[in-house]
Amino acid sequence: MLKKRLIPSIVLRDGAVVRSVNFKHTNVIHWKPLTAVDFFNKWAVDEIVCLDVSRTTEQRARFYDVVEGLSRKCFVPLTVGGWVTTVDEVRKLLRLGADKVSINTEAVRRPEFVTECARVFGAQCMVVAIDIRRGTDGTPEVWIDRGAERTTWAAAAWAREAEDRGAGEILLTSIDRDGSGLGYDLELVRDVVDAVSIPVVAFGGAFTWQHLVDGVAVGGADAVSAANVFHFTEQSTRKAKDYMRKSGIDVR
Amino acid sequence: MIAIVDYGMGNLRSVLNAFEAIHAPARLTTSVADLRDAHAIVVPGVGAFGDGMRNLTALGVIETLAEEVLVRRKPYLGICLGMQFLAREGREHGVTGGLGWLGGVVRRLEPRDAACKVPHMGWNDVAIVRECELLRDVDERPVFYFLHGYQLDPDGDRAVEAAVVATATHGERVTAVVQRDNVFGVQFHPEKSQEAGLQVLRNFVKLA
Repeated sequence: MLKKRLIPSIVLRDGAVVRSVNFKHTNVIHWKPLTAVDFFNKWAVDEIVCLDVSRTTEQRARFYDVVEGLSRKCFVPLTVGGWVTTVDEVRKLLRLGADKVSINTEAVRRPEFVTECARVFGAQCMVVAIDIRRGTDGTPEVWIDRGAERTTWAAAAWAREAEDRGAGEILLTSIDRDGSGLGYDLELVRDVVDAVSIPVVAFGGAFTWQHLVDGVAVGGADAVSAANVFHFTEQSTRKAKDYMRKSGIDVR
Repeated sequence: MIAIVDYGMGNLRSVLNAFEAIHAPARLTTSVADLRDAHAIVVPGVGAFGDGMRNLTALGVIETLAEEVLVRRKPYLGICLGMQFLAREGREHGVTGGLGWLGGVVRRLEPRDAACKVPHMGWNDVAIVRECELLRDVDERPVFYFLHGYQLDPDGDRAVEAAVVATATHGERVTAVVQRDNVFGVQFHPEKSQEAGLQVLRNFVKLA
C-alpha cells in the first residue's frame, strides 16, 4: 500500500526562504535555504516542494542554485515550480535535479502546455499547481499569477481539466488558508480529490500535526504539505510523522 | 568509473549526486568512449518510453551499450525508464521498440483498486521474491520511492518472469526489480529512496 506523504514546502523569493501569508511574502525566514533542508533530510521527510514566488526573474539564478543544492543534499523527490512557461524551462529544472516540475499560471493560460510537457517528460513528473481563493459566495475560484489574477475556473473543474491535459499530480493550495494556521480547507481538498484520479497534495493552512492528519483522513489527500510550521519547530517533520502514524495513517 | 548515460530524460543529476554521496566515481556522459571505459553502466530516466528510446537512438549509443553490457558483460543498472527499456516494446503514446535485452512489454498500470491511482507515485513496500546481490543488506521489506505510470510486464514470457527479483503492489502486481546475469533494473528510484536506495547503489557499485 502506498504511504501517505509528508512534504515540507520551501517558498523562495529571490533565493531566500520567506514566510507566506495569504500569498504575501514579506518575511524572510532563512537567507540560506540549504541549511533548512539539511534538517528536512535528516528528519525523514518523504518529499520536498520548492517554489519560486519572486516578483521578477531577475534573481532566477539564485533559485537554480537552490534547486541544484537541494538535489545534492536530499535523496528524496524534489518538486520545483514558479515561473515555468516553456518546455526548455522544465528540461532545465529537471537537469538541475528536480524530479517533478509544477506549472500553474501557464497551465491555465495555455492548457496545451501541460499536454506538451506530459508528452515530452511523462505525466508523472508534471504537477499542476492550483491556487484557490473562495469567492464571496464561497465558490472555490482558481487564481493565477501568484494570486493576482482571477480566472473563470472553479477548483474541481480545473483540476479535472488539468488531469485530462496530462497532469500527474495536483498541488492544491488555499490562498485564504495560506499562513492562517487554521488548517487545510478540507471541503476544498475533498472536492478536488473526488474530482480527479491523480494524487492530490493539500497545501495551505496547516499549523498543527492534527491538521496534517485531517488533510489525509478527512480531506482524502494523498500527501500533505506545509511550509511555515516546519521552520519553527525543532525536529518538526519527525514529530509530525510520529503523530500521523499514531493516528493510524500509513506513513513511511 | 560508472557511466550514467545522459540522454536528456529526467533526473539524471540526482543519480550522479547519489553516486557521489556513496563516494563512487561516476560521470554523466553521452560519449561512446566513456561507455567503453566504464566499469559499469547506468541508464536512469523519467519520462515517456518513445521519447527516451528516440533520444538514445539519436545519441548513437545503443550498439555500444549492447556490446558493453551483453558481450563484455559490464554490470548494467536501469532505473525506472532505464529498466523499462529492457522490454521488447513500450506501449506509451504508441508502440516503440525497446532494447529487448530482457523481453516483456511496457504497458500502462492497470490497478484493479480504484483507490490506487496512476501514476504510481510515492513510497511503497517492496516484497523480495528471490535473493539478489542488488538487495543485499536492505530491510527484508524495504520501502522505496516509485514514480511511474507504466510498468515492465513479463507478458507471459517465462524467461522474463524468472528475472523478476522483487515486486510491489499497487492494485496489481508491479515489477519492482529485475535481474538477468549482469543486467539489473529497478522500477523505483534508489537515488530518491534515502538510505534504502543508497544501499542498492552501493551493492551495484560492488559489482563493478
